[in-house]
Amino acid sequence: MGERSSGSRRAREREAQPVRSDTTIHEWPEAGLVLTGGPADPPASVRVEGGRVVELDGRSEEEFDSVDRFIARHAIDPRVAEEAMALSPLELARRLFHPDVASSEVRRLFSGLTPARLVEVVAELDVLEMMLALRKMRLRNRVANQAHVTNLRDHPALLAADAAEAAVRGFAEVETTVGVAGMAPLNAVAVLIGSQAGRPGVLTQAAVEEGVNLRLAMKGLVSYAETLSVYGNEESFRDGDDTPWSKAFLASAYASRGVKVRFTSGSGSEVLLGHAHGHSMLYLEARCILVVKGAGSQGVQNGAISCIALPLSLPGGIRGVLAENLIAASVGLEVASGNDAMASHSEMRKTAKLMLQMLPGTDFVTSGYSVMPRRDNLFGGGNFDSNDLDAWTAVQRDLVVDGGITPVGEDEVRRVRQRAAAAVQAVWSEMGFPPIRDEEVDAAVDARDSGDLPERARSADVAAARGFLDSPATVLDLAGALARTGFAREAEALVALTRQRAAGDYLQPSGILVEDAGDLVAESAVSDPHLYSGPGTGYRVEGRRRRELESVPFAVDPRTLGRAGEAPEIFVEGGTARTGSATEVVVAVGPAFGGRLGRTLGGLSHREVVGAVLEGIREEGVAARVVRVRDTADCAFIGHEGARLSGSGVAVGIQSRGTAVIHRRDLAPLDNLELLSHAPNLTLDSYRTLGRNAACYALGRPAEPVPVRVDNMARLRHIVQSTLLHRVEVEAVTPGGPALDLVLRDARPSGTGSGSPPEAA
Amino acid sequence: MRYPLYRDARPRITLPSGRPIEEFSLENLEAGRLGAEDLGIHEQTLREQARIAEEAGFTALARNLDRAAELTRVPAAKILEIYEALRRGGRGAALEALAREIEETHGARLTAAFVREAAAAAPSTDPGGDSVAAPERGLP
Repeated sequence: MGERSSGSRRAREREAQPVRSDTTIHEWPEAGLVLTGGPADPPASVRVEGGRVVELDGRSEEEFDSVDRFIARHAIDPRVAEEAMALSPLELARRLFHPDVASSEVRRLFSGLTPARLVEVVAELDVLEMMLALRKMRLRNRVANQAHVTNLRDHPALLAADAAEAAVRGFAEVETTVGVAGMAPLNAVAVLIGSQAGRPGVLTQAAVEEGVNLRLAMKGLVSYAETLSVYGNEESFRDGDDTPWSKAFLASAYASRGVKVRFTSGSGSEVLLGHAHGHSMLYLEARCILVVKGAGSQGVQNGAISCIALPLSLPGGIRGVLAENLIAASVGLEVASGNDAMASHSEMRKTAKLMLQMLPGTDFVTSGYSVMPRRDNLFGGGNFDSNDLDAWTAVQRDLVVDGGITPVGEDEVRRVRQRAAAAVQAVWSEMGFPPIRDEEVDAAVDARDSGDLPERARSADVAAARGFLDSPATVLDLAGALARTGFAREAEALVALTRQRAAGDYLQPSGILVEDAGDLVAESAVSDPHLYSGPGTGYRVEGRRRRELESVPFAVDPRTLGRAGEAPEIFVEGGTARTGSATEVVVAVGPAFGGRLGRTLGGLSHREVVGAVLEGIREEGVAARVVRVRDTADCAFIGHEGARLSGSGVAVGIQSRGTAVIHRRDLAPLDNLELLSHAPNLTLDSYRTLGRNAACYALGRPAEPVPVRVDNMARLRHIVQSTLLHRVEVEAVTPGGPALDLVLRDARPSGTGSGSPPEAA
Repeated sequence: MRYPLYRDARPRITLPSGRPIEEFSLENLEAGRLGAEDLGIHEQTLREQARIAEEAGFTALARNLDRAAELTRVPAAKILEIYEALRRGGRGAALEALAREIEETHGARLTAAFVREAAAAAPSTDPGGDSVAAPERGLP
């Protein structure tokens, strides 16, 4: 077992951290609990005879199992195999990594590699090298993303609204599934209409039983299928009641109806089924990838997918999952790179994992981003959900990296949600499905999750779904219903999407649809290949896309922050301040204090702050006067200048943002008696105590320093406002200008002292 | 290479019904001039896409699209029947009968060969034993 509580409070607190809820295990290679180097993993080998692969990874043709046979027959190019296999893993790894070797050349060579060799090759790379290689090998120029749209109640208006939101946020594909199996047809319809209301051209799919899915495909209700799982050995295939041939046949069946196909694989499934037999996860996954390729699927979603927590429990798990993505890309497959199922309790770990796909950019950075809260995610997904959207877009903006999600303002989001929900309401009515009431539409627009929606009679919905599936109705009837009910734009979008099916352009590797002069056109590895050969090449976040990613809706114009506003001038300025002789404390304020600026960072009015300091000084029976230091904005120098003028040699210096110091004439300027640097945390009491202490120092009496509250987040929260306030203070500096005497104007009744923060001034 | 076909070779694209793709419009839909027979993709278009994939170096995809082109002529029920037969890992007569049927009835020569290959290559162990449900990896 792992580390047990040592008994220290720190250790107990660490144990309570989210990462400790993850299960972390040592390797157990014999059981298949190992990423690479399983005891049964064969040495890489190939032999070609008469244009046929007759030996694969140490096994001769007679010893092949069905997976070997499929790979040998369909996934390895016998014309390249001997050339490629003659190269050492290290040499192949270098070519995979090096920007000067074109991705097409890597794909050519790698089409001759066996599963065991593919694993040996990626094992030569560390994660950073793998990321660079993955960037180079990505098929499509544009980075995209895929969304999950589901809800616990299979509510059509909410499905439509969420699909529209996914579309307007830039997701190129939206997948749904069902809470109740019988709802599949209507869920597919809701997501189809909703997505096109958000942005025409989004591809949609319903992850349901293959027979139903094919019927949905033939009705034109889904544009892609991703339900085809493959495994790295025969036993695992058999548990799923399938063979590589049956899956390949299904792929052709979908394509025959104009439907894009992406297979599913990923580390960990075989060991989970109890069939690892001492093979490592990555070796078995490499076999899956070659089955996918051999079946003629244009792509794969891998990266452990729903098994993700299993590789993550092991050493090198996240690296191994990246290696899967890389192998798939290097053999020419579109990659939807996981990051969909819950990977960890720890946000840090989840983010660390995400970076390995987000930074290189993959064809689909996630295999399903939960656009709605994860409680409604019927895939058991939601590794990242609606609550993470702003953080995701912030990270894109920080790193100037495209993770495939476009920042959108709430007004736009609500507009498309409304449109989508109203469109399905109209279609439901036209098609004679159980009506969607206005309050359901309204609730769908503003819902957090399906719990906010009125109940529907499930049985009636399921019956309607069944009737629709069995009827001759198709996507054309839906488009017609939209056109008749005032949703011409959505009708046109459905027609355009279905027209693309006849062209079949998005069947090419990594195909997606994008808007093009009022119509749609496909982008894929054929029309828009990613061509990376080092700095200055490949996909760059620039131009319009860069501005789009920078424009997160929660960004504000700094020019509107930290304005002085109508801060009243609180002082009357007198003449040049002279050096005093009495036992006094000088209160020296910064150049903008009580003038161009009116409040501290903590939102206290300058009048109240200076009033509190004066009050404190006078409570100790010491005289006080106020001066404005004009030739510096620095707190230490303001205080020191005050101390130079003070009869006692003691002064309080206050910057406009509220930072305050007690200074004494004989100290070095950057030294001090007390410094209150956490301006946002200071209260009027702090300033009063500061005044009292200054008076004590002036009298030569001991004083208890003002208690300082540590708030580590204060700088984080206030650094921008602080910068903007200080900018005004610096602008107010009069170089060489002597300090001036100040007299407080008559105080009008003032606020409570906990006034609004400066940006609201 | 003329690709995307929709951009570079639109006049060559026909609907499954044989009509030009341009006729797939909202206007025609509203006028009742589109039907289920216009939905999907034409065999010839799939073959063109197969050649495009081949030329771009995606040969396995090209073979898949060539099989798909044949399957455009095969009814859905037959497709599901073949799939069910293949997934049982069946050998012998049943698959051979299906292969012959789609070859003779639908001219699906490549697919028939593929089905025969599957029959010959299927795992020899009894597929009828106790099976554990596969993890729902297809539904992520």
